Amino acid sequence: MHRTGELYGQFQTMEQQRETASLGMWIFLVTEVLFFGGMFMTYTLNRSTYPDVFGEASKSIDLTLGAINTVVLIGSSLTMAMSVWASQVGKKQLVTIFLIATLVLGSVFLGIKGVEYHQKFVEHHVPGLSFSFEPGASIATNAHAQLFFSLYFAMTGLHALHMIIGAGLLLWLIKQSMRGRFTPQYNTPVELVGLYWHFVDIVWIFLFPLLYLIDRH
Amino acid sequence: MSSTPSPGKELPNEHYLNATYGIRSWLFTTDHKRIALLYLASVTFFFFIGGAFATMIRIHLLTPSGYLVTPETYNKLFTMHGVAMIFFFLIPSIPAVLGNFLIPLMIGAKDLAFPKINLLSWYIYLVGGSFVLYSFATGGLDTGWTFYTPLSSVYSNSAVTPAVIGVFINGFSSILTGLNFIVTIHTMRAPGMTWFRLPLFVWAHYATSIIFILGTPVIAITLLLAGLERMFHLGFFNPALGGDPILFQHLFWFYSHPAVYIMILPSMGVISEVIPTFARKPIFGYSFIAGSSIAIAVIGFFVWAHHMFLTGQSPYAALTFSLLSYLVAIPSAVKVFNWTATLYKGSISYDTPMLYALGFIGLFLIGGLTGLFLACLGLDIHIHDTYFVVAHFHYIMVGGAVMGYVGGLHFWWPKITGRLYPEFLARIAAVTLFVGFNLTFFPQFILGYLGMPRRYHSYPPEFQVLNVMSTAGASILALGYLLPMIYLVWSMRYGKIAGRNPWPATGLEWQTASPPMTENFDVTPEVTWEPYDYNNRPELGLPVKGGPSLTPAHGDD
Amino acid sequence: MQSQLPLYPEQASNFAPSVDALMVYITAVCLFFAVAITTAIVIFFFKFHRKKPGDIGVAIHEDPRLEAAWLIVPAILALTMFAGGAVIYVDYRRAPMDTLDIYVIGKQWMWKAQQPTGLKEINELHVPVGRNVKLILASEDVIHDFSVPAFRVKMDVVPGHYNTMWFRPTKAGRYHFFCSQYCGTNHALMGGWVTVMEPSDYAAWLSGSSDANANPIVAGEKLFAEKACNTCHLSDGKGRAPSLNGVYGATVLLADGSTVTADDAYIRESVLTPNAKIVAGYQSLMPTFQGQMTEEQILSLTAYVKSLQSQPVPATGAGIAPATGKK
Repeated sequence: MHRTGELYGQFQTMEQQRETASLGMWIFLVTEVLFFGGMFMTYTLNRSTYPDVFGEASKSIDLTLGAINTVVLIGSSLTMAMSVWASQVGKKQLVTIFLIATLVLGSVFLGIKGVEYHQKFVEHHVPGLSFSFEPGASIATNAHAQLFFSLYFAMTGLHALHMIIGAGLLLWLIKQSMRGRFTPQYNTPVELVGLYWHFVDIVWIFLFPLLYLIDRH
Repeated sequence: MSSTPSPGKELPNEHYLNATYGIRSWLFTTDHKRIALLYLASVTFFFFIGGAFATMIRIHLLTPSGYLVTPETYNKLFTMHGVAMIFFFLIPSIPAVLGNFLIPLMIGAKDLAFPKINLLSWYIYLVGGSFVLYSFATGGLDTGWTFYTPLSSVYSNSAVTPAVIGVFINGFSSILTGLNFIVTIHTMRAPGMTWFRLPLFVWAHYATSIIFILGTPVIAITLLLAGLERMFHLGFFNPALGGDPILFQHLFWFYSHPAVYIMILPSMGVISEVIPTFARKPIFGYSFIAGSSIAIAVIGFFVWAHHMFLTGQSPYAALTFSLLSYLVAIPSAVKVFNWTATLYKGSISYDTPMLYALGFIGLFLIGGLTGLFLACLGLDIHIHDTYFVVAHFHYIMVGGAVMGYVGGLHFWWPKITGRLYPEFLARIAAVTLFVGFNLTFFPQFILGYLGMPRRYHSYPPEFQVLNVMSTAGASILALGYLLPMIYLVWSMRYGKIAGRNPWPATGLEWQTASPPMTENFDVTPEVTWEPYDYNNRPELGLPVKGGPSLTPAHGDD
Repeated sequence: MQSQLPLYPEQASNFAPSVDALMVYITAVCLFFAVAITTAIVIFFFKFHRKKPGDIGVAIHEDPRLEAAWLIVPAILALTMFAGGAVIYVDYRRAPMDTLDIYVIGKQWMWKAQQPTGLKEINELHVPVGRNVKLILASEDVIHDFSVPAFRVKMDVVPGHYNTMWFRPTKAGRYHFFCSQYCGTNHALMGGWVTVMEPSDYAAWLSGSSDANANPIVAGEKLFAEKACNTCHLSDGKGRAPSLNGVYGATVLLADGSTVTADDAYIRESVLTPNAKIVAGYQSLMPTFQGQMTEEQILSLTAYVKSLQSQPVPATGAGIAPATGKK
């Protein structure tokens, strides 16, 4: 199927193509909600079974780093939104600048996440690798704390994977944007990556209180 | 054939099969029709793998103590049979083969909305399939296709990890296919193709796709967690480490029950196309059939815990899920009623697809009605996890889904290949399948009520007679599957040229050449008629009520 | 033995006749519809067979009244099936009070049953005719399922949970029991025989093969001392933990104001995860014993606690909810 300009062969009009792409992204995000949903369900059940140990384990995570990361990520959503706006009004240079800013903030987030993971590693809080919650903890407490950290790593790890994929998409967008490909007539890729990026951001907005804040009054 | 193709017919000069040549033109194609054929080859491969396991299972069960293999091997056989058949044959079969091929043609589009993602789905399927084959080849898998924890995550010594990874990966193939279908149906319809002019096959795939996108992510994450649990000795579902094995079952069935509807809904879609075509009249209750597909997809998400009535779940939950399970039976009953009513005052032919369709109704009827036994709490206490369940779901999945798939392959074979299959052999095969199937699985209902548990490599001697009957039936069934395999392949080269619309049928897919060109249509078609309407379609070459009688207009192909 | 090809297993419990009756009812309704639809299809198939190659059918689009009737009638019939099943199920899930309690433990790939006297059986289960029998089911490893087709009952045996099932045998004899939930290599061999005996024979069998050392109460009492439970759970209610006298079967008041009935599952939970439910007025001091006791040891402890049911309850320090009128 051949492409005419930005119009792919299976479509009749640009309008149809845009609508299709955007619907596709929304439906993809629906599947993502359910993908994370299974994990949230597992988390909810286990936390309601072991509220005390989950609270204790949660306290051992670095709240400051988590909070900084939350701010960084919200900031990146802002710059992402700005680049979508810039592409719609045709400010080609601003698109690139905001995309780069988003990428930088995303990388900062991942960097801080790495520091957090390293802390957990040093503290023997990585499940499966000589895990030990705190000295003197009973076998059961250890097991339940390990459940918390398993979920912590699974959930934040999956989130980080989404961030990495998002960063890859941003890199590709930046390359295209530098060539001046995005115009007020054609900016679907920026818009769609924007949707994805906001979604990943929203997941974090749920993860942060569930993992960091549950037992801090 | 009731309407024999006129002599001198030729295949179109250029069509999707000869547009380009070479292995690369297939492996990198984005043509939905070619991708459908890639899927056809791969699901057939898995069907024969799964079928081989099934054959060994049936031979083994000839004697009470087991005839063929060790208990360990037997457990691997039924597990691998289930995994190959469910995840790699039944779930993709109709959607990825017939759905892929037909949805764009039926709605008058040049392709699916995302052709590259469509190809990606196939590659994901292959990667997932490879992991599973690797698991089969290196130690096999003995957890049951349900992967229940903690058996799968802690106790099993077989190659669980690659299998779980394979099924996990394969899930994304389903998700992307479902996404592609939904978007295509929303935005790619030809002018005049309103929602209520859509063929019911398309409605069925829309409903199926809803399940793909809402259910599959949940099984993916569940298997991921179970896999992590096994690899790193975590405790999500392991009671010894504080986890809950029942949670796994909830998450598993949240997908795997709707997955049953993934298998049966597309098949119902096929039947809804075949019946009006071979009765030559509009389908009775179009909107009820379309609506019931959506109802099944939606209600199907709220019945999962009927697989868990005896896990110790709260009796209140059990009552709720039992009631909802009865509710989901109603839309299926609506379909059966409307198909039957469509036959009334029809002009019915005995062509092979029609035989499959009627066979489907009979078998699905038994499968569906026995579901009422299992949804019944009091009875389920007795027949849960017995051969009654095995018989029930084979009636739905093989009697229903596979009959629909094979029937659909016959119905659209002329469109796919441009050639007709040998009608006489095909009718024999259809009848053989029907008889063989009933002989295989009906005795299992009785076995189940007598109390024979499923997944048993050996059994008390009083169950032997019925098991032998079942095995005898299975040998007839196997023959019924080999026959179409042979003559369909034969017909690709030697079959009679079919022409545009051999039956004739009313759908848009029959308006274009057989096989169609890469872009599907010369010009984007415009739909001005109601679905399955034979009265106002003189171009079909049939006499119109009150109008002059026309001769079949196949010559202009 | 029944005829060569029986259609249903022997009826040997209180549930069997009602389950079979329900089976007959649903089969009758389904058969009626199956025959009606099949007949219609066959008649239409031949009656409306295409006469000339060019013929088309008569266009009939839909009839909302017919559809409505077809929705409502099956829905009503489905509701009757649901109701019939619900009655049996609710009865099955709620055991009567006067049961003979037998502990059954499943492990890959055998069943251990323990009679109230402590007598242990492997892959065998002896029960008296006419008595309500409750099985308390536990698993040492994976999920199993205890199934007795002649009684029309089964129940999953889930690690980490206690499930119970009950039945009243109505006919003496020997009946198969099976493991009905796939549990690994020798799943099919994980079965045995239920022997239903006349009450007098059962009593004789129990006394004839009783083994004092196997008494779970004695074993439980020993364990109670070994694990130092008795240092806190003083019987006079003056310890750091509530007295266990009379607690079994009673209602316990918890720290969060709620109450719970002290049954087997509660005792098991209190041993394994003591912090899950704290008795009102007490601290969460007790260590957990998860991973440190076998299911059998927990059963012995439970049996011991149960034996304290008739001991005098101290005025304070018992943890039992007041004013329920219980002993």
